[in-house]
Amino acid sequence: MERLRRILRLVQKEFLALLKDKKSRMVLIVPPTVQLLVFSFAATFDLKNISYAVWNEDTGIYSRQLLARFSGSPNFHLARTITHEQEVAPLIDNRKVLLILHIRSDFSRNLLSGSPARVEALLDGRQSNTAMILFGYVQTIVSDYTTDIANQRGIPTPIAPIDLRAWYNPNLKSRWFIVPGIVGLLTLVVTLLVTALSVAREREDGTFDQLLVTPLTPFDLILGKVLPGFVIGLIEATGIIVVAQLVFHIPLRGSIEALYLGLFLFILSGLGVGLMISSVVSTQQQGLLGAFLFLVPSIVLSGFASPIANMPPLIQDLTLLNPLRYFLVILREVFLQGAGVTILLPEYEALTAIGLGSLLLAGHFFKRKMG
Amino acid sequence: MSHSGERSALIAKLKRIRALVFKESLQIFRDPSSIAIAIILPFVLLLIFGYGVSLDAVHVPIAVVQDSRTPASEGFVASLRNSRWFSARPYANLHDAVEALKRQDVEGILWLRENFGREIESFHNGPIHVIVDGVDDNTARLVEGYLNDTWQTWLALRNQRGRLPSVLPVDLEARIWFNPDNRSRDFLIPGLVAVIMTLIGSLLTALVIAREWERGTMEALFVTPVSMGEILIGKFIPYFLLGMMGMGLSVLMSRYLFEVPLRGSLLILTLTSALFLTSALGMGLLISTAAKNQFVAGQIAIVFTFLPAFILSGFIFDIHSMPTFIQAITHIIPASYFVTILQSVFLAGDIPGVIIPNSVALALFSVFLFALVRRISRKRIE
Repeated sequence: MERLRRILRLVQKEFLALLKDKKSRMVLIVPPTVQLLVFSFAATFDLKNISYAVWNEDTGIYSRQLLARFSGSPNFHLARTITHEQEVAPLIDNRKVLLILHIRSDFSRNLLSGSPARVEALLDGRQSNTAMILFGYVQTIVSDYTTDIANQRGIPTPIAPIDLRAWYNPNLKSRWFIVPGIVGLLTLVVTLLVTALSVAREREDGTFDQLLVTPLTPFDLILGKVLPGFVIGLIEATGIIVVAQLVFHIPLRGSIEALYLGLFLFILSGLGVGLMISSVVSTQQQGLLGAFLFLVPSIVLSGFASPIANMPPLIQDLTLLNPLRYFLVILREVFLQGAGVTILLPEYEALTAIGLGSLLLAGHFFKRKMG
Repeated sequence: MSHSGERSALIAKLKRIRALVFKESLQIFRDPSSIAIAIILPFVLLLIFGYGVSLDAVHVPIAVVQDSRTPASEGFVASLRNSRWFSARPYANLHDAVEALKRQDVEGILWLRENFGREIESFHNGPIHVIVDGVDDNTARLVEGYLNDTWQTWLALRNQRGRLPSVLPVDLEARIWFNPDNRSRDFLIPGLVAVIMTLIGSLLTALVIAREWERGTMEALFVTPVSMGEILIGKFIPYFLLGMMGMGLSVLMSRYLFEVPLRGSLLILTLTSALFLTSALGMGLLISTAAKNQFVAGQIAIVFTFLPAFILSGFIFDIHSMPTFIQAITHIIPASYFVTILQSVFLAGDIPGVIIPNSVALALFSVFLFALVRRISRKRIE
């Protein structure tokens, strides 16, 4: 009973340490919310406002028909019409356009005579992902046109050879994939904000020594540091999830229990790793370095933007230690695939193991510093 | 007379700055975490990023279900097996394949129905049925694009053999400039270097001024003849040198470990890096000066450096595709200018139309940030 009261006092002190400074309060509350909005709008693989140039040497009607399909598309914006080869390089080099459509003078003639009529798409490969996606868009427009031409002449063609059905995200919206990921990213940042520097600060200020002369055990100390982080993390994550729902209309198809069980375990492991960093380092500068050495790889190797399946086997093994990896699976499965608790058991187990493991290690380092 | 007076004043000023640089260097060596930030951080991050991040899907596992084995369907599946994009896994029926998709053993299902052979002969709609997990839309779209390619190649080959007329009257060809093989690593790594340099620059300086305030050594400096400007220069020089070492290491790794071509000149690369590093250090000093204590400065650095540079710099998500008001925000992220510069210097060369405007923007940022730091610091002395 006496011990419980001591721990509660400690929790109270930690809350004060985090929230008494107005700047610290602002940093904890304002940026995650603003960043959710900004990042969710920014992070998309869908291309819009594509500026392109046309280099048409053909005088026939067919090239004009084809080009009209581009100028009529809402995603494309015709920036320039050119007539000479010399004009190509400056446009692409200086990033004036992402795409130049080149049609040679024999295009209409070839199309009439039935030999292949060639269209060249010149793309800026400095952004190779954009180039690939853009080429996909060009392919779609050109093959639609081809099909229409063929049908006008009574040549049967497979209209669209591929009949694609995308489960869970039928319109393949990037945002449905990205926004649940951002929920995970920001939750991780918040848990690190509250823990990574906290023990180092006590050590630099000398208050750590004062804690040592109290009857508190390492376990009590850890509990005192974890509980406030927990409360703040849960409240912030809830806010982020609500915004994801209200502003971005990401469908939440699974069960709330499955989501919150995942959130609970994820915050636990985030706090555990944060405290572990914090208890190993001796200055806040080192704590900051530790926070980034954990934060950056966890985000890059989580499957947030680039799939884990594309990584080499060794790196894939490394991601097994990454709590964010599991939480992203939980978020996406609960939001989009309607998962419940049972299907996510392996992820819960992994998060529990990481959380308990890191907390035990943090306790061990505490004990060593205290002894 | 007054001329030599100015001269000796300048010499005294330089001496004071040298002493400050020396003091800061001693502090750097005392807590080696600064050196770790400049050397270990870029090394570890580039290794992880360079090997870990790839947007090219090769050998995408895909389930293949053939309702009946006909020469046509066997032929198409064979061309799929020969493609480096897919690793085709046969499943006996659709039900098993669906279970595999749900377990994420495969990224998609290719389903060739009973009448596949007849469908291509009579040119009915959609002979190829594909089911993908749409959660990761980028991979889903890649799978569709690759399948389309495989199909077109197979069809052209088949028509050639059978001496049938070409099905496709229009032939579309892509020429990808600067990166003809379209290796995503070649465009990701220059962007990564910019993101990593953002981290290094701000982390190095984010705590240094806050630390002086917290420990009371700032007041100690004020009673000496050094001015605030000299203190800032004394802080700037050693971290600038450390940061440039980190940049040098990153460039060497990109060039020789990851074999990204470097088509521009080293001179332009060094000059633009120096400009960017100045703005990044300025950002760190601003955080440090505004926060006044290390804990808050650290929190601000965590929130405001990495994620904005990662998401808003155009390194992975194209800025042109963002809504207009978000594009406006990217203009206040110095990393977005540096990403553009680096992608050009590495892959395209020294292109004045790209280098000059972006460098001017970085220079303006540096001047603005240092002026702001100077202003805030002066107020505090009063």
